[in-house]
Amino acid sequence: MIEIKDLHKSYKMGSNSLHVLKGINFSAEEGELVAIMGSSGSGKSTLLNILGMLDGADSGEYNLDNVPIRDLNETKAAQYRNKFLGFIFQSFNLINYKSALENVALPLYYQKVNRKVRQEKALKYLEQVGLKDWATHLPSELSGGQKQRVAIARAMAAEPKVLLADEPTGALDSTTSYEVMDLIQKINDAGNTILVVTHEEDIAHMCKRIVHLKDGVIVEDKKIEQVRAAQYV
Amino acid sequence: MFNRDRWKEILEVLTKNWFRTLLTAFGVFWGILILIILLAAGKGLENGIKQDFSGVATNTMFMWTRSTTMAYEGLPEGRSFEFKLSDVQLIRNNVPQLRIVSPRNGLRQTPGIDNVFYGTESGSYRVFGDYPEIIFQNSMYTNQGRFLNENDIREKRKVVVIGDGIRKDLFKKGEDVLGSYLKIQGVNFMVVGTYKEKSNNGDGENSERQIYVPFTTFSQAFNRADNVGWMAITAKDGSSITQLSDKILATVKQSRKVHPDDERAVGFFDLYKQYNRVETLFSAMRWIAIIVGTLVLISGVIGISNIMLIVVKERTKEIGIRRALGENPWSIKKQILMESIFLTIISGMTGIIVGSLFIYGINAILDSVGPVDMFLNPSVSIGVVTVALTILIVSGLLAGFIPAQSAIKVRPIDALRTE
Repeated sequence: MIEIKDLHKSYKMGSNSLHVLKGINFSAEEGELVAIMGSSGSGKSTLLNILGMLDGADSGEYNLDNVPIRDLNETKAAQYRNKFLGFIFQSFNLINYKSALENVALPLYYQKVNRKVRQEKALKYLEQVGLKDWATHLPSELSGGQKQRVAIARAMAAEPKVLLADEPTGALDSTTSYEVMDLIQKINDAGNTILVVTHEEDIAHMCKRIVHLKDGVIVEDKKIEQVRAAQYV
Repeated sequence: MFNRDRWKEILEVLTKNWFRTLLTAFGVFWGILILIILLAAGKGLENGIKQDFSGVATNTMFMWTRSTTMAYEGLPEGRSFEFKLSDVQLIRNNVPQLRIVSPRNGLRQTPGIDNVFYGTESGSYRVFGDYPEIIFQNSMYTNQGRFLNENDIREKRKVVVIGDGIRKDLFKKGEDVLGSYLKIQGVNFMVVGTYKEKSNNGDGENSERQIYVPFTTFSQAFNRADNVGWMAITAKDGSSITQLSDKILATVKQSRKVHPDDERAVGFFDLYKQYNRVETLFSAMRWIAIIVGTLVLISGVIGISNIMLIVVKERTKEIGIRRALGENPWSIKKQILMESIFLTIISGMTGIIVGSLFIYGINAILDSVGPVDMFLNPSVSIGVVTVALTILIVSGLLAGFIPAQSAIKVRPIDALRTE
């Protein structure tokens, strides 16, 4: 599903250049649930941004579902993001003047799905994350865990090939974190490929594979026994 | 364009901070309001002044004789002379671009001494010997009976057309005017018509106190032989009397044996020149109104642009999210542009409507108070409104352009990073 070969990325900071990714080789199959771990500055967020086409790499290859991702202009990138990727952010990033339902329906709107179908689908995904009754509420009326669940529903709505989660539990207490991880695991059980960036060990162990990043290179890549989040909920 | 979700979003964004939106909108509203009111006020003044010219053939000059100031061909200076009827034909032949040449003679009016009598009533009025064409050159119309005609001229009929003012002076209310006889300096004339002025302010009352006698009758009755005291000369449409006047003056000077350089022997008044001067004044006023109004409007538009920039800044994160979710940049640009145009047009339309109501109110007041000198029916034409709307749409686009550009410059990753 995801294939990365010899990926390099550096940032210019004034006259200095900061080499963040120093040759990353990584691949993920369909249906995997991968945790990307590392301390801050290890390059995990940069890697996720490149995977999410929010940022471009300096060199290296990136194939997503056998589509080479390179030299994207903004319009093309937007199209690919919409079609291939679902994002889950640490700070939820819901649009605060739109209701939960409208937030979930947003990616479908960009796909020019007609209004009625859009609303039906969005409602279906809200139901999946258990928030059907909250459909008309604004984000400000939801708790943190509920917001993240809306965000997950939104990421799912466009039926992307890969879900990218950047510290999905970073802003949540542990009980809520496990609830969210439970949801992510269920989505993964249904066959979706998910990448989770986290620095929390317990969250990482709820995935099926852990990739450790340090100073811009992968230092460890191992499959693990998944801890089900459901037992903590 | 007619996308329900897009419009919903535009309204959501604009009403989110409604007080700010209102203040911003006020800038454009104020600009267009001032533009409209300035234009309408200018138009009102123009209408008021132009009414004095209404019905008058403006492409006209008047010409009369004075005394010579230069000796010429053995004739002394200080000589008084008069035009002859033959001069009228001469002018027509020499200057083919003329539409009407009306010769006129008049009775000198002595203040305090009545020259017109009807029964026991009498008054002192100006009496003219005129050709029928004069009605096309003056701003008058017959409201009873008829005006002079060719038969009157040919048969030297002793008939007169009197002003409605004279009818009021000499006749009783409801008394039959037509067919009655007036005695003018001892000669009886039958009244065949009365006339009124088209413009009703200024010296309208005075010019409704004149008497028109057929030119030929007048010459015979008051002993003018073939003399002509005064001429009203109108050029054909397309040629200007101002350009023809030199040729006309040269013609009469030659035939009357006046030195060609004698500027003061023939008096004349070029109505067209005066009219043009007024026209120029009004077009200048119109331009001032447009410029001032547009400048005020521009400051309103800059306000909109400013606010849109702030809105984009505030929504940086949101724009980032939306782009991460796959909205294409053009769609975001369109959104910002439409918000800006929408805001501009709504506030501009309000300005136009309020301006129109204001003008409507002024008109209603003017109507109830009665005519005010030099101010009449202030209005703006549909053309002006259309132009104003076009300006609004264009300026809305311009106002939104820079903010929209800055919105799509936001890279999603940077936008999402700002916490």
